[in-house]
Amino acid sequence: MTAPPKLKIATTSLAGCFGCHMSLLDIDERLFDLLELVEFDRSPLTDIKHCGACDIGFIEGGVCNAENVHVLREFRANCRILIAVGACAINGGLPAQRNHLSLPSILEEVYHTSIGLAPGNAIPNDPELPLPLDKVHPLHEVVKIDYFIPGCPPSADAIWKVLNDILAGRKPELGHGLMHYD
Amino acid sequence: MSDQLETASHPEKLRRVAIDPVSRVEGHGKVTLLLDENNHVRQARLHIVEFRGFEKFVQGRPYWEVPVMVQRLCGICPVSHHIAASKAMDLIVGAKQLTPTAEKIRRLMHYGQILQSHALHFFHLCSPDLLFGFDSDISRRNIAGVAEKYPDTARKGVLLRKFGQEVIRHTAGKRIHGTGSVPGGVNKSLTMAERNELRQDIDQIIDWSHDAVQLVKELHSQNPALYDSFGIFRANMMSLVGDNGVHDLYHGSLRGRDADGSILFDGVDYQNYGVLLEEEVKSWSYMKFPYLKSLGNKQGWYRVGPLSRVQNCDTMPTPLAEHERREFVAYGGNLPLHAPLAYHWTRMIELLSAAETIKELLHDDDITGNELMAGGERAREGVGVIEAPRGTLIHHYRVDDNDLVTMCNLIVSTTHNNQAMNEAVRQVARRYLNGREVSEGLLNHIEVAIRAFDPCLSCATHALGKMPLEVELLDATGHTLSALARSADGGFCTPD
Ligand code: SF4
Repeated sequence: MTAPPKLKIATTSLAGCFGCHMSLLDIDERLFDLLELVEFDRSPLTDIKHCGACDIGFIEGGVCNAENVHVLREFRANCRILIAVGACAINGGLPAQRNHLSLPSILEEVYHTSIGLAPGNAIPNDPELPLPLDKVHPLHEVVKIDYFIPGCPPSADAIWKVLNDILAGRKPELGHGLMHYD
Repeated sequence: MSDQLETASHPEKLRRVAIDPVSRVEGHGKVTLLLDENNHVRQARLHIVEFRGFEKFVQGRPYWEVPVMVQRLCGICPVSHHIAASKAMDLIVGAKQLTPTAEKIRRLMHYGQILQSHALHFFHLCSPDLLFGFDSDISRRNIAGVAEKYPDTARKGVLLRKFGQEVIRHTAGKRIHGTGSVPGGVNKSLTMAERNELRQDIDQIIDWSHDAVQLVKELHSQNPALYDSFGIFRANMMSLVGDNGVHDLYHGSLRGRDADGSILFDGVDYQNYGVLLEEEVKSWSYMKFPYLKSLGNKQGWYRVGPLSRVQNCDTMPTPLAEHERREFVAYGGNLPLHAPLAYHWTRMIELLSAAETIKELLHDDDITGNELMAGGERAREGVGVIEAPRGTLIHHYRVDDNDLVTMCNLIVSTTHNNQAMNEAVRQVARRYLNGREVSEGLLNHIEVAIRAFDPCLSCATHALGKMPLEVELLDATGHTLSALARSADGGFCTPD
């Protein structure tokens, strides 16, 4: 008997700190059980640069620049189930602290009044750098999101529960003790 | 040096190849190469493509919030930011000397973090390149492939990381983004039960760390020509060094050496980092380029992290790690090793040292003490520096009489390595890609060189730039959510 095909999972960090990815790795030895059931597609853990057709998309971080928008749309177009993981993906999180400031004022700060800069520095200006948006946005403002796992980061147990529910074909429920907003 | 590959004279005539995103590193970065019609590399750059604006939005926040807030810059080494900010804020609250319990709990937290981060970096992210080959099958070149082919190695890596995370949980309250360190001390010490739980596993962890050093040495000895030369360039180095020149990742003064190993400066109080360092901005990266002011931007850039620290110190503080350091130094014939892949070797020596240090702390009664906080005369300015897993981390704040932050300057580890990583990229591009048909495997060579530094591009993104572009973000129904353009005078504006 051949094993059933593995589900494909893609993961990425947009305007996030990678803490939610670290929490995924905090499932510790259970990672090896997970690897029996799923195969990682595009992810910081693999060298696949663009996501192919996947069952699950796992995204941490909000949307802060033009590139984030492209990656998010790529995930939505390719993933059957898209999950917003963590405070940043759900409401912008810490990076959204800049939303009440104007970008020019931040520019001013970092390149004209910041200490320790060599004289004559100019603001980075290159087509290779994606344009920042004037506000940091949660994922669901840009694409449809199927499930949300709150927390900063959500615990490894919460992530594990959601993945297991999906793998078993159940509707994910966090339930008591796993729903945290810290 | 490879200055000439930084900027091509006629970029418009060249073909662009991008590695986007750089993978199996933490954070957002990409590499662009410009090639001429004969596939000669004319330009090679590592760009940091994200920004946070942290230095600005932390202003106006109460100082005591900062150690908790700032760690959200980086979920891979949150403890580094947590502690560096706390050290700066210790000075704000006048705690020039912490209680023994507070200092040792913070050390324990920090060494737990070194252990987990070094294990993650080596086993989860880099070992696939070293075990399978730089241009091996892309579908296996990851931790899943390692788990399949070398289950024992993968398992040890996962459990080493787990132990480090557990040390953090017991000291900081949470594995990621905890709250244990506060201005003036810590908010908890270890209970006997927590201490005993960690003590139970520590000997096993030391053994596995020791195995990890042996594994790196074995890989090195299988192909010394590659390990000694891949991506090599000469550079100055900098790190904190503890009293008597001992390797110390929590506290010390700044020491620098030149590429031959001669001392450039020593015993520099990090409150004066501004006298030593200056930062340059380049148009094509959000990450700044620091250098030693005295030597200028061309000669004064330097390297930080394990490769610098292990060669900059005079001794390691623990016996097994000191034994390994001596072997490493002897391998280089008492001259500094500059090969980027030697980072892995020194990183595993530090992994071992962290495990031994954790054991010592777990047998020190102070960690279960209950004098947690110190204080003193309020100050308005403080600099906190630690050696994060990836290198020297500088946090600098000013706080007003209402307890609110008025100024913040951060130089994170990866920023110090910005020029060095770009050098490594150019060396590899020149040696492996020049004149050849670009392939995935060849491009991965460039990433192998970047990965050696263990860059954390995630926390290296607190600056902001401007681009000659316009962008509009629409919601699912086509309404504009956000838009930004560059106005005629070059400033930013929100188009209406
Ligand atoms: S939710 Fe928290 S842990 Fe996750 S990416 Fe955002 S800041 Fe990091």
